[in-house]
Amino acid sequence: MASRKTSHPNRDNGDKYSVLLPTYNERENLPLIVWLLVKYFGESGYNYEIIVIDDGSPDGTLEVAEQLQKIYGEDKILLRPRAKKLGLGTAYIHGMKHATGNFIIIMDADLSHHPKFIPEFIAKQKKGNYDLVSGTRYRGNGGVYGWDLRRKLISRGANFLTQVLLRPGASDLTGSFRLYKKKVLENLVKQCVSKGYVFQMEMIIRARQLNYTIGEVPITFVDRVYGESKLGGNEIVSFAKGLLTLFATT
Amino acid sequence: MTKLLEWLFGVSVLGGVWASVTFDLFDLKLPQTYREVAWPMPLYLLVSFGCYSLATVGYRVATFNDCDEAAKELQEQIKEAKEDLRKKGLKM
Repeated sequence: MASRKTSHPNRDNGDKYSVLLPTYNERENLPLIVWLLVKYFGESGYNYEIIVIDDGSPDGTLEVAEQLQKIYGEDKILLRPRAKKLGLGTAYIHGMKHATGNFIIIMDADLSHHPKFIPEFIAKQKKGNYDLVSGTRYRGNGGVYGWDLRRKLISRGANFLTQVLLRPGASDLTGSFRLYKKKVLENLVKQCVSKGYVFQMEMIIRARQLNYTIGEVPITFVDRVYGESKLGGNEIVSFAKGLLTLFATT
Repeated sequence: MTKLLEWLFGVSVLGGVWASVTFDLFDLKLPQTYREVAWPMPLYLLVSFGCYSLATVGYRVATFNDCDEAAKELQEQIKEAKEDLRKKGLKM
């Protein structure tokens, strides 16, 4: 027991990490992702809070979130629901208004992003004092699970095309597992206008444009355990439109 | 400068150099061999870039990590989490 204190060397350095979890129909996944977050933050000893931004899910995600709040405490789990489904960008703005941390972590709540990487993100950020740290599926030990050849080909092809056209200085543009300094995220969100996939891409392109420094950590991306993953013609068309818009405007 | 303008700028510079050698626009009396080499150069570049692109994308698709371990670990943790959450009184 005496060693308890020394096993949490990260707790008192004043940094606090606010995890923003936008949810829509994630009642299966939310308890699991929260459990994993609590586990890995507990082990690494960093100060944290989890902000659940539920967009009026009809499946009762909010009710599950309330139960989690009772289990883990109101200082750890914050609920900031909205009445209906609105854009991702506004979800971040909404969540950040209530965030007390000086760092913000954004990730998907569908378990494709594993909280075990968060301590690595934090270590990376501290090492280079980066303005943002982005998870990457395309480098080092990073990768994906549950993708067939077609999906891999589209992903790699789209990524290559984007690298050639935009030279963004980051390897994973459409991933949404990232850590930001709070001020940096506030500034970026204000400037970004795109939706969906393209929003994540615009964030990192604008970050480069504003001379923010970007660190990268390889992550494994385990595609949706529960629920359907989508990549149809619509996504590809909207990606292409977004890419061309960024090509012409940034 | 937007990326679009950067590209247009780059292409016009290269195009200018190519045209001035191929058609000897400045009357430099370049040897005929220069012009013969320069003439099909855009096509060569395009084809090599295409090959490079295909090779790169192909290689990256082939070496895209399949994270079986990560998926297995997650499945086990999900079991553990469900059990623990039930003990803590969560009603799914």
